[in-house]
Amino acid sequence: MCLAVPGRVLDIGERDGTRVATVDFGGVVKEVCLEYLPDLKVGEYAIVHVGFALQRLDEESARHTLELFAELGMLQEEFGDPWEAAAGTGGAHGGEEAHR
Amino acid sequence: MKYLDEFQDPELARRLLDEIRATVTRPWALMEVCGGQTHSIIRHGIDQLLPEQVELIHGPGCPVCVTPLEVIDKALEIASRPEVIFCSFGDMLRVPGTGRDLFQVRGEGGDVRVVYSPLDALRIAQRHPEREVVFFGIGFETTAPPNAMTVHQARKLGIRNFSLLVSHVRVPPAIEAIMRSPSCRVQAFLAAGHVCTVMGVGEYPELAERHRVPIVVTGFEPLDILEGVRRTVTQLERGEHTVDNAYPRAVRAEGNPAALAMLEDVFEVTDRSWRGIGVIPGSGWRLSRRYRDYDAELRFAVDGIRTEEPAECRSGEVLQGLLKPHACEMFGTRCTPRTPLGATMVSSEGACAAYYLYRRLQTTPAPREASPVA
Ligand code: SF4
Repeated sequence: MCLAVPGRVLDIGERDGTRVATVDFGGVVKEVCLEYLPDLKVGEYAIVHVGFALQRLDEESARHTLELFAELGMLQEEFGDPWEAAAGTGGAHGGEEAHR
Repeated sequence: MKYLDEFQDPELARRLLDEIRATVTRPWALMEVCGGQTHSIIRHGIDQLLPEQVELIHGPGCPVCVTPLEVIDKALEIASRPEVIFCSFGDMLRVPGTGRDLFQVRGEGGDVRVVYSPLDALRIAQRHPEREVVFFGIGFETTAPPNAMTVHQARKLGIRNFSLLVSHVRVPPAIEAIMRSPSCRVQAFLAAGHVCTVMGVGEYPELAERHRVPIVVTGFEPLDILEGVRRTVTQLERGEHTVDNAYPRAVRAEGNPAALAMLEDVFEVTDRSWRGIGVIPGSGWRLSRRYRDYDAELRFAVDGIRTEEPAECRSGEVLQGLLKPHACEMFGTRCTPRTPLGATMVSSEGACAAYYLYRRLQTTPAPREASPVA
């Protein structure tokens, strides 16, 4: 849960009056709130925690970190199916909210 | 040295280790206060690669672990109500309350949902105006701003069927409590990088000065940790005690000003109980007066629930660095990630679970299910 994952901004839009971005985390794409980093631009990298961009990151260290996370299975931990992980078995549970 | 090959840059890791070895002349005890760091240290065997004189004590850096049993019981009570959709981060599912956990509440018909972001919970509230949507707001300074923004949005959009069960904690008062403890062995701190991404480093110089401890802001990737340890040991050997930033790529001195302003608006500092440690003055946040309507404890009248921690779990000692996880009698026998007695065994960021997942492998061939994240 404490994990903050670097991601690259694909595009920027608006939702309910707040700035949001579509962000790519090494293949997983999520909507991210930009209210705490309003001047972030398309193509830039940022550290994202639970759907909020918190700080800019340079491209090299972002890629480096993403590679490491992917290698260690940490992206799976962050974006995978938590019901499956909690059940310790796999398959049987829904978890549709987490997949969006 | 088998671990070193697994580092992203083994050559740099070796150089950092050599430098630490050349610097250290006597024993030092360093505490890391970030569950991500603990996980990383054990997973990569960093504590075993370091010279013997450098001891890493695993502090209370996992928010899931330090959430008191009482708060879990409040969550279970609220989640059991038929009108409620209870939303949480995935790692709270298996944290045992008294007798059960959120996973079981869901099995008994409770509408428990896992979300990636607190904003997802707010959207569920928008889609289900007939239901009460509650988000379980736990975490350190890194997670508090997202939760603060979510409550702020709820108010701005006039969404009334949303509330927050808040159990936020702050790192500096925990450092203060650890330094004041008569059994304190800690001589320096690796401060949690992402906490400082939000908060900056402003809260630390006074602490470092008063307790004469070096505080080094450190990331949680293996090389970041080695660099944090290197800078810390250098300070200790020179008799210095300053605040140093070993994680500048993610941490600016001033933190994130927009997030700090939102925290100031939505939350106010309060005393909080830490699982296994007890009440630490000023160590948490609760909703400020303006946002009190969004407090799930009040909305569902669970503020009266009181729970004692079980005596057999020694996670309090583990969290304070007084006991190594495998020295606990229950470790790996009655207490495993599948049958956790204490929260430090539940989250993979907890010291007990980290030891169970990675350290046991060195002595016994582990059954497959023992390392679901490997
Ligand atoms: S091994 Fe289990 S019982 Fe022992 S301190 Fe850790 S969590 Fe508590």
